Amino acid sequence: MLEVKNLTKKFNGHPVLQNINFTLKDGKILAIVGPSGAGKTTLLRIISGLETKDSGEILLDGQEYNLGKVGIVFQDFNLFPNLSVLDNITLAPELVLKESKQVAEKNAMELLTKLQMGGHEKQYPYQLSGGQKQRVAIARALAMKPKILCYDEPTSALDPNLRHEVEKMILDLKKSGLTQLVITHDFTFAKNISDQMLKIQPLGEA
Amino acid sequence: MTLKYIEEILPSLINGTWMTIKIFFWTLCLALPIGIIASLGEMSHIKIVKWLVKFYVLIMRGTPLLLQLIFVFYGLPILGVVFPRYQAALFTFVLNYAAYFAEIFRGGMQSIDKGQFEAAQVLRLDRWQTMTKIIIPQVIKIVLPSIGNEVINLVKDSSLVYVIGLGDLLRAGNVAMARDVTLVPLVLVAIIYLILISACSFAQKKLEEYFSYYE
Repeated sequence: MLEVKNLTKKFNGHPVLQNINFTLKDGKILAIVGPSGAGKTTLLRIISGLETKDSGEILLDGQEYNLGKVGIVFQDFNLFPNLSVLDNITLAPELVLKESKQVAEKNAMELLTKLQMGGHEKQYPYQLSGGQKQRVAIARALAMKPKILCYDEPTSALDPNLRHEVEKMILDLKKSGLTQLVITHDFTFAKNISDQMLKIQPLGEA
Repeated sequence: MTLKYIEEILPSLINGTWMTIKIFFWTLCLALPIGIIASLGEMSHIKIVKWLVKFYVLIMRGTPLLLQLIFVFYGLPILGVVFPRYQAALFTFVLNYAAYFAEIFRGGMQSIDKGQFEAAQVLRLDRWQTMTKIIIPQVIKIVLPSIGNEVINLVKDSSLVYVIGLGDLLRAGNVAMARDVTLVPLVLVAIIYLILISACSFAQKKLEEYFSYYE
């Protein structure tokens, strides 16, 4: 369970986020919607530990946490171009979780199969379509066994007619019990996937 | 007659070539790692380190290599630092080329998307793992063409060592030319440089091919 309480963030004195509150229960999907400039990405970056907060609390299962408990699927995916699909996924489990190569590769192959990317493991990111890159990015994040998987604008870097595919994929992952947090400016998309929705608005200049 | 003449002067040219290759090889071996370290220094958050390295790069790139050779060999002894000729040449070349390499590596490093560092961070890779597995392999691919240029320059720049009395390829050709009043030695010198540089270009092409497995 992820709890965010009274979260506030300022950049150079300008408030970007003010008193953000929500609770995300295990296995559920929360969509955070709002126009660009509303601080959605900043919120995600704070939750994932890439950005610091000014005040407020972020608790995972009742506790403060460090980097790594939350997986991220970046807007541009940020796959490592010099590594094959398989190595993109197994790198961190091997180096950080100290999994053996065999175990890491077995897990990676299972994730790829689950995400309908079986057979692509030897390819390099430049050889993949946007939708395929996204699936690899999801597999890479899931291989680290995060408590929550976050997506930053999962539909924006993709062909518009792929939106339905992304919806289906996110709902499929939900069936396997994954807790997900999705940031989007696409209201219909948010409505189709989410159990709860949080709307945030840009804060006016004080 | 010309063939016989070539046969006569070839041993001295080959001797000179050997000196050229030695300067070239050791400069490359030492200047590349020092260049990488200096590039990290240039991007350091510690102000004093950053400014010291920037000053070093400014001096090295801002003055002629020929001048630097003269200063190191004839100037440093005034301060009590005496290098033999060959060591003076190597010392100068390594410092000079490391500065150029540092700038190339810095540019390469800064062209890597910030997202690569962030992706590594959320996957909890430490700084060393991020650099060695993700960033440096990408930087090498990016900087290869520029490094290749510098390497080719180095082959030719090595001829500057004549100024402190070292016998390299060009000097061997000059000596023969002045003695025998003919341009034939210099034609041979040109051909040998061309062969050396072709070898470098070939190695560069192979390396670039190796790194072309991704885009």
